[in-house]
Amino acid sequence: MSTSNSSLKSYEFRREREKSWRALEDMVRRAEKRGLKSLPAEDLLRLPTLYRATLSSLSVARAISLDQNVLNYLESLCARAYFQVYGPRASLMERIASFLRHGFPAAVRETRGPILLATLWMVLGIVIGFLLVQSNADWYYTFVGWDMAGGRTPAASTESLRNGLYDGADSAAEGLYIFATYLFSHNAGIGMFAFALGFALGIPTVLLMFYNGLTLGAFLALYDSRGLTWDLVGWLAVHGTTELTAIVLCGGGGLVLASAIIFPDRQSRMESLARRGRAAGTLIMGAVLMLFVAGLLEGFARQLVTDITARYVIGGAMLVFWLSYFALSGRGSGGRKQHLDDD
Amino acid sequence: MTDAAPPPQGAKSPGAVPTVQARARSERRILTPEGVPLIFQLAERGERAAAVMIDLVIMVIALVVFVMAIAFTLSELGISGAAIGLAILVSFLIRNFYFIFFELRWQGQTPGKRALGIRVIDRKGGYLRPGAVFSRNLLREVELFLPLTLFFGVDLSGSSGWVNFLTLGWVALCLLLPFFNKDRLRAGDLVAGTWVVSSPKALLLDDVAAGSQRDPGSIKGGSIKGGSIKGGSAKGKSAKRGGAVVLDPEFPFTRDQLEIYGIYELQTLEEVLRQRGPQSGETRREVAKRIQRKIDWAHGDAAARNDIEAELFLKAFYAALRAHLEARMLFGERRENKYAGKTGGKLGGKTGPNGNGTPPGKS
Repeated sequence: MSTSNSSLKSYEFRREREKSWRALEDMVRRAEKRGLKSLPAEDLLRLPTLYRATLSSLSVARAISLDQNVLNYLESLCARAYFQVYGPRASLMERIASFLRHGFPAAVRETRGPILLATLWMVLGIVIGFLLVQSNADWYYTFVGWDMAGGRTPAASTESLRNGLYDGADSAAEGLYIFATYLFSHNAGIGMFAFALGFALGIPTVLLMFYNGLTLGAFLALYDSRGLTWDLVGWLAVHGTTELTAIVLCGGGGLVLASAIIFPDRQSRMESLARRGRAAGTLIMGAVLMLFVAGLLEGFARQLVTDITARYVIGGAMLVFWLSYFALSGRGSGGRKQHLDDD
Repeated sequence: MTDAAPPPQGAKSPGAVPTVQARARSERRILTPEGVPLIFQLAERGERAAAVMIDLVIMVIALVVFVMAIAFTLSELGISGAAIGLAILVSFLIRNFYFIFFELRWQGQTPGKRALGIRVIDRKGGYLRPGAVFSRNLLREVELFLPLTLFFGVDLSGSSGWVNFLTLGWVALCLLLPFFNKDRLRAGDLVAGTWVVSSPKALLLDDVAAGSQRDPGSIKGGSIKGGSIKGGSAKGKSAKRGGAVVLDPEFPFTRDQLEIYGIYELQTLEEVLRQRGPQSGETRREVAKRIQRKIDWAHGDAAARNDIEAELFLKAFYAALRAHLEARMLFGERRENKYAGKTGGKLGGKTGPNGNGTPPGKS
């Protein structure tokens, strides 16, 4: 005579395996709470085994069991364990380091096309802005907002414009913190916005690049008319080489999104957007870091360094640094492998 | 009353399920490297909205606390100038990196998402890459913060009409995007290749059938054959029509009686049996009465009178039905519900253990 228990196979099945499920659940709960690294070594060794055993339980349970609770439990437990087993191994700090060494420069190299396109639009803006303001100074007020101009208008005297370049807007050391952080958060906000607007088919991104160029061109034309071109370029170069590069990167990121929507590659539109969108996100994070550096340079270095040669040296050095960083960093075999892991 | 009605009470208990139809619609699969697909349920739009609300509240509180703390400590130290700079920096970091930080740290969860039991996952099943976290949260700038600044505080009267029109259109587009695709993706999810799924922590409860699994010794007589389910023609103790499938001598269900219901009804019955609360006894009594009517239970209607009797009956019926359906499943027959594989209800009853938890009076 067989027992009644044996007729419910799923009941037996559960009784035999329940212990290992509970063990896995306990392990996963601890890992979720305090991170995988908090588990003792023996648990770490057992985790994949238990996970695979439970996954096979799930697959069997789907075939033989109608106990909804057991199915739900296994489903949820396997998902949670899956995230732990196949989650990222590196800690946050390690990931930041790998991002700086490989991820960011690789993303820049990968998207150089859209970045160049964004640069082109900005240069176009500069040229047009310059020419228009040169032909008629009234254009200046169209391109440069009142708050941005801060008294630097065609109506201002040459002397006051020159002083503006060399005195620094806030020369009190205390004010520099505020100035630097304000500049950083303001610019980074614009950069992120330029990226996000890429989702609207990139048109606002292009306009933003172009408009930024117009403003810059208008400034140049104004100072050029007073013979202060090189003083202005020096003043801008300190932080501008970093800042404009970062803004152009953000614009490039936005155009990546747009191009993935308009020109999907062989995959579906959604897949190509997802794939390229991730790369663009990496790009923007790096650009935000660059804008932070730019904010420091703008807030401190530009206000403290008033010698024009020194300004050119700083600006030039930063430009060389960024370009060689993008061109060279993370190209080694280790970087290549890391990058492939990421993608 | 329809059998497709969702079980409103049951859906909240830890072991419960949404209705079959709703499940199938929001179900997404990810193939693990082991070759076993994991099934996820997409998070509800309402859940996601609630999670964002919680996160926004936390952000505002954090902002206020940090700024106050900075202002206080630095003015104590006499360097209030730096305080403003630091405050700007902190508010910038909170605004732009709150979501990114937590989603990187907690593998796709923020405090709000954790509270609602939902998480971000990669659509392809890989781990959530930092690039994806960056992208999906950077897009919040135009999806969330732009609408927020429009609704609170920013006066639009300064800008021209068509700009307002375009902006409002954009905002509406972003807010409505999750309603126009079956994966409930917002722009950020599109760009990052992610899903937001619900990740409830299901608890392993006692097997409902365990209660009715009698001690083998208590079964009288030798006429009960464990293999009778497979054989299908084995004679049972009280075989009235067809072969008996007897698990429990006190509740001798016949094969015909067990053929009436399918998996959906079985799992609804499981929910009914797991229900706790003041009304659960009454519900069980009502369900027991209906089942007894439907299967022509000829062993008295004691179940309808007494809560304990009703529960005993239902548990026994559950165990028998599960054994029956699981045995059929082993032969590759999955009977999803009582309508499957039938030309018409020969017993004609319209009631079933739909377990919607309504008290008898309302149905």
